[in-house]
Amino acid sequence: MKWALGLRLVAVVLLAAFIFAPEMFAPVFAPLTQFGAPPIYTQSAILDLTLSHLMLVGAATLAATILAVGLAILVTRPFGAEFLPLSRSLANIGQTFPPVAVLALAVPAMGFGAGPTLVALFLYGLLPIFENALTGLESLSPSVREAARGSGMTGLQRLVRVELPLAFPVILAGIRLSVVISLSTATIGSTVAAKTLGEVIIAGLLSNNTAFVLQGGLVVGVLAVLIYDGFVAIEKIAARRMGQSVPGTA
Amino acid sequence: MIEIDGLTKVYDTTTVVDDVSLSVEAGEVAAVVGTSGSGKTTLLRMINRLVEPTSGTVRIEGRDNREVAPYELRRHIGYAIQGHGLFPHHTVGRNIGTVPKLLGWDKQKIAARVDELLDLFQLDPAHFRDRMPHELSGGQKQRVGVARALAAGPSLLLMDEPFGALDPIIRAKAQDDLLDIQRRLGTTIVLVTHDMDEAIKLGNRIAVMDEGKLLQYARPQDIIAKPATDFVEALLASGERAFRMLSLTHVDELVEPGAADGEPIAGTASLREAYALLLWTRRDALPVIRNGEIIGRVTRAALDDKAAAPQ
Repeated sequence: MKWALGLRLVAVVLLAAFIFAPEMFAPVFAPLTQFGAPPIYTQSAILDLTLSHLMLVGAATLAATILAVGLAILVTRPFGAEFLPLSRSLANIGQTFPPVAVLALAVPAMGFGAGPTLVALFLYGLLPIFENALTGLESLSPSVREAARGSGMTGLQRLVRVELPLAFPVILAGIRLSVVISLSTATIGSTVAAKTLGEVIIAGLLSNNTAFVLQGGLVVGVLAVLIYDGFVAIEKIAARRMGQSVPGTA
Repeated sequence: MIEIDGLTKVYDTTTVVDDVSLSVEAGEVAAVVGTSGSGKTTLLRMINRLVEPTSGTVRIEGRDNREVAPYELRRHIGYAIQGHGLFPHHTVGRNIGTVPKLLGWDKQKIAARVDELLDLFQLDPAHFRDRMPHELSGGQKQRVGVARALAAGPSLLLMDEPFGALDPIIRAKAQDDLLDIQRRLGTTIVLVTHDMDEAIKLGNRIAVMDEGKLLQYARPQDIIAKPATDFVEALLASGERAFRMLSLTHVDELVEPGAADGEPIAGTASLREAYALLLWTRRDALPVIRNGEIIGRVTRAALDDKAAAPQ
């Protein structure tokens, strides 16, 4: 446990150092370049790209969370039960439709920039959150459900005071999956001129510069691992309070 | 007082509860006994409208239970269920304060009430108030569940197999505690159980149900003495009738003056326990003790008389 924490701390420090002062790492990446090409990407500041990348992912995930959790709530109410199959297939289509295709379709409608990427990430992130929210809301113990009704809570009170708080760790696990997928998928947004860390990778591919590809990939990868860990930590705290184990993590 | 009149519940084509009428006096405990699928739980759930009846009425203290919205009705009726149903994300205190909070009591009043109830159920408030349910033992959870049901001081308490998940020793203690608390608060209780012993121990009256029908509704001694149908008799396990009869009475009621030798028995014990002790120790009389003092004896002859079928 100790060394795992230490490793994460090192990762945070290195990541921060690279984002704020990438030139410091020039000697590390220099051996990967050929013919005196620059070892560090400088067309845009890595800091700006990272922030814009995170904001895109954050905005898309937030929107996906609101819609997915809202849908899950709707279809677990008595009056919404008949929409369950429909909403399930909608979320499934979102997941199976390749983000690249979404980009290609969205560009003519929305133009180049962040818009199409936002739409692609949003659609792609719906399914994990929806499925988990559904599981969380449906797997409530029958005796707890009965007690909530029997004590005189209205439908809304049951949802807000009992069902959502108890489903929270499971919903959070869905958001975690969605965020991690979006972090990596967002890189392809740079093919349609969204400002993401994908810009570094694409520049490396175009100029045959392995150093660029590697640094873009590393920043995204380390970000994803750290954010994943953060979510797991919150889920554990929330679940431990209720004396449960965290689903999906041993 | 609860009056149930012609209550019927039909799901599709199955009649789960079939034209049941009975009334429970204020301050009494009515135990509804039956096998699973007898409709006893459905009957209970129609009282607080967790199930809406197909036909028939339920009046609580003279008022039809359809006069107010279901959630409003339920806030004034205690409800305790098997497996306690505590909210796992709320502390013990917050669990107990659920209904008072729904009723809009202020924070101090709720906190005082929570401590009062924890005391009543022999749980130290300072120690238990801020615990989470998963930190409690089965017996403690069950007590918190009943405390929650009583939090807003309802005059009616519905219990659905409240002791079903407890082991026998804890169950006996929980039953004694419930009776004690019920006598102190004067709460009317309707309790559903599949266990005839539990019904006899707790009920002032016992309702026996089978296949949705109410077969018999009578005092325990009448049920034991004159079971209305073969089913009631089978449920009573008639081989044990004499002992069930004995279990209804306390030693206190049969004390007579005189001395006896050997190990004494408490006045609060049941005659069944006294009889077992007599047989085990080959005696004809037992000294009876109350508050540490011998107050007389109880004889085998007196017990024999109590155990026999009423003439």
